[in-house]
Amino acid sequence: MSKERIKIAPEMFDIMPEEYQDLVERATYGKEGRGWKDIGTSKELIEEHSLCAGCPESMAFRYILASLPAPEDTVMVGSTGCTSLVFPHVGVHNIHSLFGNQNAIASGLKRALSVRFPGQVKDVVVLAGDGATVDIGLDMTLQAWFRQEKFTTICFDNELYANTGGQESGLMQKGFVAKMAPVGKTFEKVKLPEIARESGCHYVVNCTVSKPNLVEKVIKNAIHVAREIGPTYLQLYTPCILEIGKNSMEGLQEMRDSEKPTERFAYKEYVSDQAKELLTELAAKEKERKAAAKKQLADKQLAGQA
Amino acid sequence: MATQSLIGTKNRAGQVVADAWKLLHEAERTPCFYTGSEVIKEAVRRANCDVMIAYPITPQSEAAALIGELFAEGFIGDYFRGESEFAVMSQCAGAAFGGARVFTTTAGPGTMRAMENFPMWAGARLPIQMIVTCRGINSPLSIQPDTLEISYLLNTGMLVWHAETAQDFYDWILKGYMVSEEPDVHLPLALCCDGFFVTHTKDVVNLTPADMCLPPYDPYRSPVPCMDMECPPVRMMRDPFVMKSNYISYATHASWQQEVWAAIERSRKHTIRWLDGLIEVDRPDAEILIVSSGTAVSQGREAQALLEEDGIDVGIVKIKSLRPWPGDEIREATKNAKHIIVPEFNVTGWLAKEIRATIPDADRVYAGPHVCGGMTMPPEVIAADLKKHLGLKSESLAGRGS
Repeated sequence: MSKERIKIAPEMFDIMPEEYQDLVERATYGKEGRGWKDIGTSKELIEEHSLCAGCPESMAFRYILASLPAPEDTVMVGSTGCTSLVFPHVGVHNIHSLFGNQNAIASGLKRALSVRFPGQVKDVVVLAGDGATVDIGLDMTLQAWFRQEKFTTICFDNELYANTGGQESGLMQKGFVAKMAPVGKTFEKVKLPEIARESGCHYVVNCTVSKPNLVEKVIKNAIHVAREIGPTYLQLYTPCILEIGKNSMEGLQEMRDSEKPTERFAYKEYVSDQAKELLTELAAKEKERKAAAKKQLADKQLAGQA
Repeated sequence: MATQSLIGTKNRAGQVVADAWKLLHEAERTPCFYTGSEVIKEAVRRANCDVMIAYPITPQSEAAALIGELFAEGFIGDYFRGESEFAVMSQCAGAAFGGARVFTTTAGPGTMRAMENFPMWAGARLPIQMIVTCRGINSPLSIQPDTLEISYLLNTGMLVWHAETAQDFYDWILKGYMVSEEPDVHLPLALCCDGFFVTHTKDVVNLTPADMCLPPYDPYRSPVPCMDMECPPVRMMRDPFVMKSNYISYATHASWQQEVWAAIERSRKHTIRWLDGLIEVDRPDAEILIVSSGTAVSQGREAQALLEEDGIDVGIVKIKSLRPWPGDEIREATKNAKHIIVPEFNVTGWLAKEIRATIPDADRVYAGPHVCGGMTMPPEVIAADLKKHLGLKSESLAGRGS
């Protein structure tokens, strides 16, 4: 997307909603090196949302949207669930169609964008809950990976069906008592990160969203690898505080407790050799960019002093 | 975004982009002797498609595979085999959301498996074209011709056309894009035919030149934004309507559904222009009419000839478009008819029900004969049923217990 496309005609500016004016004037479309630190100093691509107070998904959404490397050329694909209540508030194009078909939608979308914009960056990012990713949509999740579709799949793992009221899901822990698991879930949490690796994903991370800098890093890595090489998968723990009996203020602690080295969301990463090479290259470029920016700033200050 | 005419330029395969009306009405035609599946391929060759997604199911597998050959030859932007019809129709949706002209094919149980996608396609205003080569959907398993699946498509919000012949098929694939991509329509099209009877038989079909194609799809003529981040990403609303139990939420959903059906109505004028009417009438003054769609029309014509030998004058009404439904046309065509016979290739007689709900004095409609599960419909059966209905004697047909 050219930034020119979102300019408002001067005559119309004052009658546009304040939200929209803000997005045009103060959002970070096209900003090199954008990241979570822009939150609070620029217009976010999401602010209000209709999730529960304190829901870790809302934090995850903020960090992810702040970290997209090229939001001006990113289309997101969602699915039915709590995330679908957030997407209408998001300042990038996004598609909701059905429950569980998100990776099929993304496959068609990515291919259409590649046909229509050859050689141009058009990132596709799927963001769906664990029911959509692992249960009802599992075949489409896996088949997109088998086919080496070039987009990122993000699963918000809250270990249950939150939006329908807390029913058992495939990513729920064994033994957890929930609706539709009246005597406790009888089988293990599905090991999707391992399955993702075996299914051909080039970058796989399992973690919580307690640390914004970590979220930024894995989002950027996943999107760059998907853009250049092939499918990537992020499984992010976004606990449903409501359904696990926690209070609004306890989401962050729940994530911190669950990411301890012996816990199920201890940071786990798989990077293919091809992806490692790309990420090393990108890291070197980023270092160069930062050094150049620093030098430019110093030169400017020096010139100012003179 | 194209601001100049593309007519006369070349597409990715080196074909000359033609004015669609001239291509279909004035360009030289070459007669070819092809199967229906080959005809589908030849139409798609000239349709300037961006994406085709395939899945094997009889009797559309051959057509879907032949279109793969077109991709290999450079006529289509992308092509792949999906993992199921549900996935394929979602992949088609993704490609259409991304601004591509999309083509796919399915049949019978595949149509049923994919069904959840169709109201979504219509609601999202995606002008995808889907060929439906109808076959049995019943258990025990059947792969034989049967049109029951069409009845399930009638209330999805899609345009639904029913081709009789391979020639219909050829022309309507190309014309279908012209109708469904109109900005005031922008709806998916289910272009149906009777499997095997049309797909696996050879017929002479007059083809337009292979070096000419339709103009490309312009996604920026869509009434809803194309999801490619080339137009401003508005934040749609503060509160998604799905969560609200209030009047505004209900009214929003209601008005959107009404808009989809209004778009079907608006397609009427385009469909009439491109298909030369929603119905075709032969001998409109006859007191007895055979009204049908698909290959039942062909069998009706044969029955018409048989009955003529017995001195019984019968007219034929061929219904080409089921959505939009040609209500006015059928009322007009049947206004003088005393008896209306509706032969169908399905067990429930859904077309007769639609006609009965459309015309005055609906007891004029005789629903039948109905054949299904792959049974053929000999014209003698139509003639015999008609005579029986009229109280006339007819020769006994072996095996029918008549």
